[in-house]
Amino acid sequence: MTDTALHDAPDRGFWRAALRSPSFVAGELLTGLFVALALISFVWTPYDPAAQSIATRFRPLFDPAHFLGSDHFGRDTLSMIMVGARTSIAVAFVAVGIGIGLGVPLGLLAAANRGSLLDEVIMRANDLVFAFPALLIAIMITAISGPGAVNAIIAIGIFNIPVFARLARGAALTLWTREFVMAARVSGKGPVLISVEHILPNILNLLIVQGTIQFSLGILAEAALSYVGLGAQPPIPSWGKMLADAQTLISIAPHLALVPGFAIVLTVLGLNLMGDGLRDVLDPKLRRSRT
Amino acid sequence: MSVYLARRFVSLTLSLIVASFVVFFLLEIVPGDPASFMLGLNATPEAAANLRQALGLEGPPIERYFVWVLGLLQGEFGISYAYKVPVADLVADRLWVSLPLAIYALTLSTLIAFPVGIIAAAKRNSPADLGIMGATQLGVAVPNFWFAMLLVLFFAVTLRWFSAGGFPGWDEGFWISMKALTLPAIALALPQASILARVMRSSLLDTLSEDYVRSARAKGLSRRQALWRHALRNALIPVLTIIGLQFSFLLAGAIIIENVFFLPGLGRLVFQAITSRDLIVVKSVVMILVFAVILVTFIVDITYAIADPRLRRAR
Repeated sequence: MTDTALHDAPDRGFWRAALRSPSFVAGELLTGLFVALALISFVWTPYDPAAQSIATRFRPLFDPAHFLGSDHFGRDTLSMIMVGARTSIAVAFVAVGIGIGLGVPLGLLAAANRGSLLDEVIMRANDLVFAFPALLIAIMITAISGPGAVNAIIAIGIFNIPVFARLARGAALTLWTREFVMAARVSGKGPVLISVEHILPNILNLLIVQGTIQFSLGILAEAALSYVGLGAQPPIPSWGKMLADAQTLISIAPHLALVPGFAIVLTVLGLNLMGDGLRDVLDPKLRRSRT
Repeated sequence: MSVYLARRFVSLTLSLIVASFVVFFLLEIVPGDPASFMLGLNATPEAAANLRQALGLEGPPIERYFVWVLGLLQGEFGISYAYKVPVADLVADRLWVSLPLAIYALTLSTLIAFPVGIIAAAKRNSPADLGIMGATQLGVAVPNFWFAMLLVLFFAVTLRWFSAGGFPGWDEGFWISMKALTLPAIALALPQASILARVMRSSLLDTLSEDYVRSARAKGLSRRQALWRHALRNALIPVLTIIGLQFSFLLAGAIIIENVFFLPGLGRLVFQAITSRDLIVVKSVVMILVFAVILVTFIVDITYAIADPRLRRAR
């Protein structure tokens, strides 16, 4: 049986349409810029991001030697932003991975057993996790095992699970009533096989859109956690940590607070624009009502 | 309705029981003994044992769980290990900062979002709409603590209109305290207002394309009259849900903002408690915030059902 391709599965037309959406393209360029910065930082940064140099402290923006200036230890801001991009993107990406990896199977399982006790238990457990904002989860984890990037990932990841579980369940429920699923059941496939072969490919687009949104929320959450000291610990540079350092120096070196802030805003904006563009393509009804 | 209410209430109670279980036992596995931490390195084992007794740390975990929960129900949270005063008093003091801050921010966010969202929907695709949508897109992307720092830079460091942080206390006068909460409230309100304005706009656009609005227009109402008399009230239902959800997020989000402005609220309390291993305070504050979130969700569900009777059956 290869009937997965017979209905509205994700196709190349979807991505071609996405590339015609201006907000998707703008978002992709912005996000691409920071992903590129993060990747380049593995092989090259202008300076060692941890190298301190008292002689070149508090360099302003667009200084010939330090394009984005330098901080109170003389560390190069651009180098720290590049390596910080790595932290932000890695934390948010893995956290989305946890959300999808655990949330989607749970949602599909609940939908496959809709109305059963299992469905009820899964969804109530989701409601419960939802009652713990990511910050509270992070606070509890920190109280148990101390701060760190891994704990930030776990906290944001846990927060993502119910988001994807609800989305997957909701979308899967409508698909379970469709003819092609009936056909698969008649042909003798079990609920697990149907969920994997027929339901999952059809909710993939939806998951990608939500994934971009959760990715951007993850970047914001990582920045907030490392700002209050619950995220990545020094000497690993992170945007939130840079902002926390800049806060005490804000009256003498405001650019130190501006640069990491703009990095966060532009990355999040890029991801949100990408998400919006993808959603417009996915939902033509919405697109018509907007234009 | 009463069946629906009863079901929601049972679900609320269950959620609270499970949440208290999770909070208590997660923080139970924390390494380190608070008693020896409090007494320092030179403590004799007997002194530590005595203190453990006094703090209620002896006995099987399940028994201590019930003592803790029964205490919570009576407003008795135990004694703080670090401050050596009842946790309830500490929390009550701090709540008088965090709660007004959250309410202030929610009020601001609603006052901004309503007109902005309505204008954007009423003048869809106009320059005003595009400007508003662009601004809210930016507002959603700005981290509130960074926005807070920019506010400090501009209004406190440059213009010197506000102080950069701190809280004088309500005894010093209502307006002085409100002034101290103004920048934090604006910082908290901005991202929320952006989200709310977008929800308001899209919800209003949805109702504006409904048949009953077309009927109202057909019977001779102007666009504006149809919007105010028919579309707006129906568009409010999803908006109110978001406002309810935002309140709980504002309480939690205040934790970060309180750190920017050095406000003596629940957030600062919980961070100080983590560093001083004052776990009874961490437990209680986390439980209070979770309780607030669950309770607000419950109230939103109930209001929803009152506003829209169809939902009572759907669930």
